[in-house]
Amino acid sequence: MTQATLEISRISGHPGPVPGAGVKREEQVCKLIDTTTCIGCKACEVACLEWNGYTFNETVFNNSYQTMPETAWNYWNLIKFNEHEREDGSLMLLMRKDQCMHCADPGCLAACPADGAIVQYANGIVDFQQDRCIGCGYCMTGCPFNIPKFNPSNRKVFKCTLCSDRVSEGLEPACIKACPTGCLHFGTKDDMKELAETRAKQLRDNYGFENAGVYDPPGVGGTGVVYVLHDVTNPEAYGGLPRDPHIPWVVRLWKGPAKWIGNLAMLFGVVGVTLHYLRYGPKQVEGRKQGREGEP
Amino acid sequence: MSVSQVISSSERGAGESDDRILRYTLAERVNHWIAGLSYMYCLITGLAFWSPYMFWLAILVGGGPTARSWHPWFGLVFTASVLWMFKIWRGDMLTTDADRAWRKVMPHYIRNEDENLPPIGRFNYGQKLFFWLMLYGAVLLVLSGLVLWFPESIPWKLRWLRYLALAIHVTAALATIGGFIIHVYMGTAMVRGGFTSIIRGEVSAAWARLHHRLWYEQVTKKRFEEK
Repeated sequence: MTQATLEISRISGHPGPVPGAGVKREEQVCKLIDTTTCIGCKACEVACLEWNGYTFNETVFNNSYQTMPETAWNYWNLIKFNEHEREDGSLMLLMRKDQCMHCADPGCLAACPADGAIVQYANGIVDFQQDRCIGCGYCMTGCPFNIPKFNPSNRKVFKCTLCSDRVSEGLEPACIKACPTGCLHFGTKDDMKELAETRAKQLRDNYGFENAGVYDPPGVGGTGVVYVLHDVTNPEAYGGLPRDPHIPWVVRLWKGPAKWIGNLAMLFGVVGVTLHYLRYGPKQVEGRKQGREGEP
Repeated sequence: MSVSQVISSSERGAGESDDRILRYTLAERVNHWIAGLSYMYCLITGLAFWSPYMFWLAILVGGGPTARSWHPWFGLVFTASVLWMFKIWRGDMLTTDADRAWRKVMPHYIRNEDENLPPIGRFNYGQKLFFWLMLYGAVLLVLSGLVLWFPESIPWKLRWLRYLALAIHVTAALATIGGFIIHVYMGTAMVRGGFTSIIRGEVSAAWARLHHRLWYEQVTKKRFEEK
């Protein structure tokens, strides 16, 4: 913002457009995940743990590559594997890197009651401030992607930060840096959308994936993480990616109309009893017979 | 059967008349204040979680994380206390024919025209409504509160339970707050003598005669028979 004094938005007595106006690049950052070139190596998971200072959790074995069922408070980045049988009977091993989607309209932030515990930076990153977190878990109810996870030992909620600490230093997120196939990209939202659409078109035109497309769900205002999917009509096949994610309507109602109706009702209650007292006063027992002589 | 009784003359100091009537036993009073104080703690912290404009209330009672930790525990205390009230007052709280007659002319009560009201028992219809509101409110609050207490243990597939719990908790809380505002107003400002009765347990005979004539007749008759 301090550099904004170097940008001119209007000039007096100047013919034509303002020089340099409108050339600034969009500041929204975005991660592009091309599921069609992911090989499931989990290098992104390791890089995430290393950068954020966590160690491996205990793994489970259930006859698949899925050695952990879902992300955890200390495991923010997890590839979801799905052995998907297509209509023609052929098998596809779908792999999707699951992490916070950094929604433009974040359900966690809408649901959070603690002042400043969840912030959305101007570049679109949604970040938790654990020192402000009160541990209520409302963010877990507000999120349509099942991302915020509760740490019972310090009663705070954690999730992927999109490496806001790296990004603010001009670095790409750790997962992007570790990816060996180049299925992960990082840049501005416009650039990533363009790249994603190019890749989806390639998949449609050259590889026979007629339904290939880009997952950038409008229900949450678009996301800071976009996927290229072989079949964008069936996102659920990719480890339960929701088809039309949106902030739960109960959360919307609770944080919207219910708040105002409730507040007004409480206010009317307090005002109402006050007015009753001013109009009718207290019910006196003693004054009725003895105290007020001369009255009927 | 009412647990109230008239304090016998021998329990009282010399010179005092039999004019005072025991309305709430010590156990009832203690329990009422356990319920009242635990409810107020939940109210203060709950309002803090409800609106950012009231989040400062959480600071008053030790900060957000502390409020979040204690709110459910005080909720359990409140629920236990209300269930105990249910155990001892259930019989007193059923709507009677006297209540139905009283209810029809309730505007007189609101306008303090008490002489126009039919006689009623130990509790009036409004008190009974408040009792049932708080009882059902507490049950709904504690059931939905258990889900909100441990949202991380509700599986993702059952997340509708979280949404349902949220809706129920908010609705039940607002309903009890409405009752609470009226209850506190009537108990402290409007019905004089009511507040001291829940502190010290006693009311004057005139108070009992005016507000709860049937109950008054019942306890004074009992006293007469005992003599």
